[in-house]
Amino acid sequence: MSEILVLVEHVDGEVKKVTLELLTLARSLGAPAAVWAGPGITDAAKARLAEYGAEKIYVAGADEIVDYVVAPKAELLAQLVADKSPAAVLVAATTEGKEVAGRLAVKTDSGVITDAVGLGEGFVADQSIFGGGVNVRSKVRKGTPIVAVRPNSTAPEAVAGAGTEEQVSVTLTESARAARVLERVKQEKGARPELTEAAIVVSGGRGVGSAENFSIIEGLADALGAAVGASRAATDAGWYPHQFQVGQTGKTVSPQLYIAAGISGAIQHRAGMQTAKTIVAINKDPEAPIFELADYGVVGDLNQVVPQLTEEVTKRK
Amino acid sequence: MNIVVCVKQVPDTATERKLRSDDKTLDRDAVDGVVNELDEYAVEEALKLKEAHGGEVTVLTMGPGRATETIRKALAMGADKAVHLTDDALHGSDALSTSYAMAQVLKKIGFDLVILGSESTDARTGVLAAMLAERLGAPQLTLAKKVDIEGSEIVIQRITDYGFDKVAAQLPAVVSVVEKINDPRYPSFKGIMAAKKKPVETLAIADAEIAADQVGLDAAWSEVVEFAAAPPRAAGTIVKDEGDGGSKAADFLASKKFI
Repeated sequence: MSEILVLVEHVDGEVKKVTLELLTLARSLGAPAAVWAGPGITDAAKARLAEYGAEKIYVAGADEIVDYVVAPKAELLAQLVADKSPAAVLVAATTEGKEVAGRLAVKTDSGVITDAVGLGEGFVADQSIFGGGVNVRSKVRKGTPIVAVRPNSTAPEAVAGAGTEEQVSVTLTESARAARVLERVKQEKGARPELTEAAIVVSGGRGVGSAENFSIIEGLADALGAAVGASRAATDAGWYPHQFQVGQTGKTVSPQLYIAAGISGAIQHRAGMQTAKTIVAINKDPEAPIFELADYGVVGDLNQVVPQLTEEVTKRK
Repeated sequence: MNIVVCVKQVPDTATERKLRSDDKTLDRDAVDGVVNELDEYAVEEALKLKEAHGGEVTVLTMGPGRATETIRKALAMGADKAVHLTDDALHGSDALSTSYAMAQVLKKIGFDLVILGSESTDARTGVLAAMLAERLGAPQLTLAKKVDIEGSEIVIQRITDYGFDKVAAQLPAVVSVVEKINDPRYPSFKGIMAAKKKPVETLAIADAEIAADQVGLDAAWSEVVEFAAAPPRAAGTIVKDEGDGGSKAADFLASKKFI
């Protein structure tokens, strides 16, 4: 069976959930081969990759892979594409993952598909475009298919692979060393999961009313083990940091469950969350367009409804 | 400093956007065109850098004839001149073709700095800046929420999942900016009048040595196999809060095994 390269997303030596999803997807189409870029791989990480089906684990552990922006990862993958002739390359559709995919596409003269929410036989990808209004199936027709897949597109399934490790060394070109990372600044996000990867997202909008009142949203998120998001109205008002904005010009999320509290559901917001599997809306305006998307909606004051929901969730856990 | 800011005309997201049934490309005639929102931040950043460091701001647009509306808006904000790459052969170009065509123009007109919005609201691929950096062999300084230039060194704050990275490079470079990096100015009346007199150079593909077989729908590296309007989501259950709304929502979450 042909190899399918999966670029591993990892943080502090741990494999991110989206990579397990991509391995699961790759296994349905070929033999998954995980590609670890940068230093810090651990035995636990290798075991995890194998547990979710990696037949091969390519490790390019040099520091310089992560000392420069994006380009080294694209050079690493391009080298593996040339050496191993994989059937396809999968990356997570994060902002950086898509950039890696873009550079790799240029390097290997291959087509690239971004933000796939499904991938089937012949590497035909499902996409949801125009703020969720149109469903598209597309495929690459030149080179090695490169597909950036959104987190939460597949449920990860553990089916063990051989996990054979192979060290890879890459000689970076001069231009791959052009943009140097001077410093990584980690901003406090607490114990909550990452917004784009979270299985559950609880978002607040204009109806939250103030920065202080976002504690209601955070309370529900913490009860559910969810990430917190915000609409543009809320971030524009300065109630919640901009990096948590879900929408057309912010982050795109595709969780199992999305809870929108005090969000009207304008296209700006819908474009960032419409592919969520289950949507719950809480809004005092019964005419709010968010209710058209909602699997379950409560017309009411979020100041009453959300704390009660939080209490019930905590009680029933 | 020679700053080129890339601007795209996109359909207004407030209108219903469609694909054409004949060639499965975006139906641009059916909708109003506006400046891609994130590109307005790019224009503003270009103008601010020019104000701080001197030089000239050139607007670069690839698109059909009507994209001149977008060029005029950027000129009205304060850009000095524009280059409009327009050719029927470009219709249906994907990101690979577009980056190739834009890179050819950039090589022809020269640049110290190229600035773009980090993605467009229509295709939303978010790959163009990275592809341009690759094709131009220039440093990729993308997803910037802050840009500083001192001499020939440029430092940005690149947003990441965990916060941001400080990234440095030497000019010339390719920068993409995210929302909120600045507060884009509105064109003044004077700016709008002045824009009418600013030079706009129109290029066809041959003028920029763009190979016809590398652009357009036939050359595209990927294709839309099929598409359909998304089926409306099945109507959900909407209840009015009678003092038990939170509890009822919890029942729903429990029925779906979320709790």
